[in-house]
Amino acid sequence: MLSLKNVSRTFNGGLAGFQNISLQSKKGEVIGLLGTSGCGKSTLLRVISGLDPDYSGAVEIDQEKIKAVHEKVGIIFQEPRLMPWLNVIDNIGFGVKQKTDKLSEAKAYIDLVGLAGSEKLYPKDLSGGMAQRVSIARALITNPEVLLLDEPFSALDAFTKMQLQDLLLNIWNQYRSSIFLVTHDIDEALYLCDRIFILRGQPGEVYKELTVDVQKPRTRGDEELAKMKGQILELLDLSKSEKGNQNEHNKVASK
Amino acid sequence: MASKNTVLPQKSQWKSKDKIRIPKKLKLTLVGSIVPLVLLVAWQVMSVIGVFESHLLPAPTQVLERIGSLVADGSLWGHIGVTLYRIFIGFGIGVACAVIAGSVVGYLKTAELLVDPLIQGFRSIPSLAWVPLFILWMGIGEPSKITLIAVGVFFPVYLNIVSGIQGVDRKLIEVGKIYNFTPLQMVKRIILPASLPSFFTGVRSGLGLGWMFVVAAELMGASKGIGYLLVVGQNTYSPDLVLASIVMIAIFGKLTDSVLKGFEVRALHWQDNFGKQN
Ligand SMILES: Nc1ncnc2c1ncn2[C@@H]1O[C@H](COP(=O)(O)OP(=O)(O)O)[C@@H](O)[C@H]1O
Ligand SMILES: [Mg+2]
Repeated sequence: MLSLKNVSRTFNGGLAGFQNISLQSKKGEVIGLLGTSGCGKSTLLRVISGLDPDYSGAVEIDQEKIKAVHEKVGIIFQEPRLMPWLNVIDNIGFGVKQKTDKLSEAKAYIDLVGLAGSEKLYPKDLSGGMAQRVSIARALITNPEVLLLDEPFSALDAFTKMQLQDLLLNIWNQYRSSIFLVTHDIDEALYLCDRIFILRGQPGEVYKELTVDVQKPRTRGDEELAKMKGQILELLDLSKSEKGNQNEHNKVASK
Repeated sequence: MASKNTVLPQKSQWKSKDKIRIPKKLKLTLVGSIVPLVLLVAWQVMSVIGVFESHLLPAPTQVLERIGSLVADGSLWGHIGVTLYRIFIGFGIGVACAVIAGSVVGYLKTAELLVDPLIQGFRSIPSLAWVPLFILWMGIGEPSKITLIAVGVFFPVYLNIVSGIQGVDRKLIEVGKIYNFTPLQMVKRIILPASLPSFFTGVRSGLGLGWMFVVAAELMGASKGIGYLLVVGQNTYSPDLVLASIVMIAIFGKLTDSVLKGFEVRALHWQDNFGKQN
């Protein structure tokens, strides 16, 4: 499906961005990219989506190297990014090329994301959760084989977040598209993903790959998942802050 | 589903709030007219008791009478018609040029580099400074007047279009890129609607300048128009005519602006503005 071979994209003379990321996704697999803020997760998604063509290495979809935006890729951003001058149904149909079946298709997706009855509302009248539902429908309407999500639920309250995670799971069940989910929410990654890549460093690199072998749908308080959460926390934060302290000690020492 | 149920009652709540707000709006206009009314009454009283000499500052009733007589002998509509005609033509030309130039400069970086410094340079020249040249080139007939108005209208519209286009949220542009929009689609479906608010800002301030310049153009030589009435008023020592003309300019300036505002409100109903809430 999607494969990354030694992909790097760095800024500031190699001090930010990410480097040397290689991974392969299987069809219908949900891959989580987990990492602290600033380790290049958004940059990676932009490279995969084709929005940022200035990378080194190879990004391939079905053995086809991509250098521009690929029509098999859909992306959902952290912010809904709706067109404020279009109502819900027109926003959902925004990316559809043929005018004829735009409306009927948009209608189908409106039901899928649970927004029936809100077709005529404008973005200013939508709650954060509703707006993100619209942007999910807008991304799905072009039938992407690879769906990229950049911290899609991080701006939502806990309850809306859980609702939308379940919605995403539903959608995945129906369409079985490959999903790349960038997140900094460990619970979210464990609830949704088949494999989790942990990124660390500046520029970010794959630090660890974890497979979550729990049948979906999962229960949120699952014991196995709780154990993995502890493991991930150790990999991410604790060891990092220790390392940070060490660095500080080193600096002090070298002075 | 749950969200649907919670939205409906909320809506009706808003509606009932709106009902309470309408009298509030009325109250605001009433409050706003207190000071002008008091001043008007004071002016009238002062005129009646003779503090203001009527050959310098006639009473409001005299000004009204003058407007009435202009209406009665039918000459008012002719003057207003000519002025409106000039402003419409000049405004139309100015806006059209500004839209074309502004879109090209806002969208194409090279055009900006080539043309924008020049336009910015011209902008710093007060438009009235062109008057002698226009008269030399085109005489004191309609063309020079309309050109002057068009020049005045051009700059605010142009500047607002350029900044509107350049200020379009990069994040929205990226959505278009994701769907492989062509440059034309990008302009039509994202850039144009997104810069509509600043276009309207420009057009409305352009219209204000248009009124300023139509009066200036008519002051410098015309045989008809509201500006001409001002000149007549000055030459015949009739301040009532001058004040009557000023009142007409105020009324029609406000009217034309509210027409534009009507378009604006309709075209930008999707905006989430502070100003709209009350
Ligand atoms: N276009 C760019 N130019 C320069 N630096 C950038 C650019 N995009 C991102 N960066 C930098 O790369 C780093 C990683 O950013 P990002 O991918 O957004 O991180 P994350 O999404 O993991 O929080 C940040 O330090 C950011 O400042
Ligand atoms: Mg990010």
